[in-house]
Amino acid sequence: MSPAPRSPLIPPRPAPARPRAGWSWHHPATRARLWQVLALLGVVTLLGWLVYNTQTNMAARGIQSGWDFLGQTAGFDIGEQPIAFESTDAYWRAFLVGLLNTLRVALAGIVLCTLLGALVGVGRFSRNLPVRALCRGYVELFRNVPLLVQLLVWYLLLVEFLPDTTEAWSWGHSIFLSKSGLVLPFPQQGANGWHWSVPAIDGFAIDGGAALSPEFLAVLAGLTFYTAAFVAEVVRAGIASVPHGQIEAAQSIALSRWQTLRLVTAPQALRVMAPPLTNQYLNLTKNSSLAVAVGYPDLVSIANTSLNQTGRALECIAIVMAVYLTLSLATALLMGRLDRRDRARQEP
Amino acid sequence: MKISRFSLLALALAGITSAHAGKTIDTIKQRDQISIGISSGVPGFSAADSKGQWTGLDVDVGKAIAAALLGDAGKVKWVPLVSQQRFTALQSGEVDVLSRNTSVTLTRDASMGLAFTAVVFYDGQGFMVPAKTKVTSAKQLKGATVCVQSGTTSEKNMTDFSRIHKLNLKPVVFDKFDAANAAYFAGRCQAYTTDASGLASVRAKEAKDSKEHVILTDLISKEPLGPLVRRGDDEWLAVVRWVVHGLVEAEENGITQANVDKLKADTTDPTIGRLLGKTEDTGKLLGLDKEWLVRAIKAVGNYGEIYERNVGEKTPVGLARGKNKLWTDGGLMYALPVR
Repeated sequence: MSPAPRSPLIPPRPAPARPRAGWSWHHPATRARLWQVLALLGVVTLLGWLVYNTQTNMAARGIQSGWDFLGQTAGFDIGEQPIAFESTDAYWRAFLVGLLNTLRVALAGIVLCTLLGALVGVGRFSRNLPVRALCRGYVELFRNVPLLVQLLVWYLLLVEFLPDTTEAWSWGHSIFLSKSGLVLPFPQQGANGWHWSVPAIDGFAIDGGAALSPEFLAVLAGLTFYTAAFVAEVVRAGIASVPHGQIEAAQSIALSRWQTLRLVTAPQALRVMAPPLTNQYLNLTKNSSLAVAVGYPDLVSIANTSLNQTGRALECIAIVMAVYLTLSLATALLMGRLDRRDRARQEP
Repeated sequence: MKISRFSLLALALAGITSAHAGKTIDTIKQRDQISIGISSGVPGFSAADSKGQWTGLDVDVGKAIAAALLGDAGKVKWVPLVSQQRFTALQSGEVDVLSRNTSVTLTRDASMGLAFTAVVFYDGQGFMVPAKTKVTSAKQLKGATVCVQSGTTSEKNMTDFSRIHKLNLKPVVFDKFDAANAAYFAGRCQAYTTDASGLASVRAKEAKDSKEHVILTDLISKEPLGPLVRRGDDEWLAVVRWVVHGLVEAEENGITQANVDKLKADTTDPTIGRLLGKTEDTGKLLGLDKEWLVRAIKAVGNYGEIYERNVGEKTPVGLARGKNKLWTDGGLMYALPVR
């Protein structure tokens, strides 16, 4: 919509009086600037005092600090390795493995919770009462039970009820499900080009293929089902925000229910949904730090181990904070971009 | 002017030194309570019983320190800590002493602001496996998934062992002892690793039938467990160290919880007389009184009694004395002379 043309009969409003130029205590801008400078000084002093105090106390107690440990040999193994990792590799590489594990579960979680959340959210508008009740029950159950509890429940369910590795359930001798997780055939680049790496039982372990450990599956399930409940609410709110008149208008031009959803409701609802959806994605990523409770080697888990072996508590916690901050800011930036592009496209 | 400046400086320096001497002891005496960091849920070492009272070997060592310093084994604030918190809690002063099955290593002793006092339990890292797997040696665990608790020396020892013997062990690392236990007993891992004493303790507590789980005889590391204090307070370190040595020396000399009063009245043995503060006053040198060790023994008994009551063969944990026998019986428990 463009603004209505101004009627020539109404005289333009006089511009607000500009504050007098020049320096004066009475000048609001001067005072505002002064407060800003004072606040900045206060924050800097506080930070400086914190750093100084910590350093002095640590030195007084003989606690060593510094970042040199990142280059030293880690000396521990990691159960899940998206990139190759040996115990002789350095600490920074261990942190990288932890970060990749965090990203792996967070990205998969974001995709799955969006799909499931959208289904449940749309299901709450279903004309079928059992479907509506089911969707509502799902949301209430999953968003009101603490995530940590859900993670532990998923994990114990997985490891209690699945068979031992040596007696794994298998489908066609290529897909295995057991207490060591889900193992699938996976394309692999060998000497003679690409081929399928098919898993097989060997001793205590299942070799080959791509393995999804019960820890990964538990964290993924926990994060997906928990966050999907919130996503469903976001979707429901988004759809409910579209004025009813729009739907009546769509019906009046004989659009089907599916067409109405796809062409009228969804595009308008998506705009409302983008910011709260970003929040949920950020939450999911941050919540993945609970993974350590069920033994998934995410960033926090690696930081815990490193912290204990080196005693560099502040440094390890700082790395974890910096990583989550960066991930969150990056997600927010990306979602903001998508949202702006979306708006630009819809309002030429 | 010059003089006053100099005297001010001297005063300041004097202030610093006097504040430093026995600072922890002064603080403890002032609040009339020792704050002791312990583990939770490790039966035999430190666990809450059905009445909510802390019991175990680590707890008894703490009680002995409280009895020696404050005259009452009950004047303790028990602070249960998980592995990752324990050193920070000690460094920051939240606890005065950490009596929490902690192994001492060079890194911990030299770079983390901690000081080691004395060994109360000689341990080593072992593996527990379900009996049905028929595994008899840790070297047979090729490719096995192993449950382990984070924040311990166990992770690194296991990795070293795996490398040396080319076992390719896969760790599943939990931040809580309880979660690691639950995962192992649910069958997620083919083996469980921690200190052998911890394995016995876990088996006693969690296993439906303790015969279903075997603790393998190979020990893959040395784990000397004992109380730690903050670095930089030698007086406090001395008190904790000598209480432990005193308990062991009491066993060497046959002083028990039951006979300590009688011995104190009747003995003609100069060593026993000295230990019980009848002849020499060893307490004064430590900043304590004459009866410090008498009270400690009265509260918890000598080292042998503490061991048998908490983790000995008649307890559910059922650990033979082994390396923890007195040196005179072929073990490693050798108290520095309390004299």
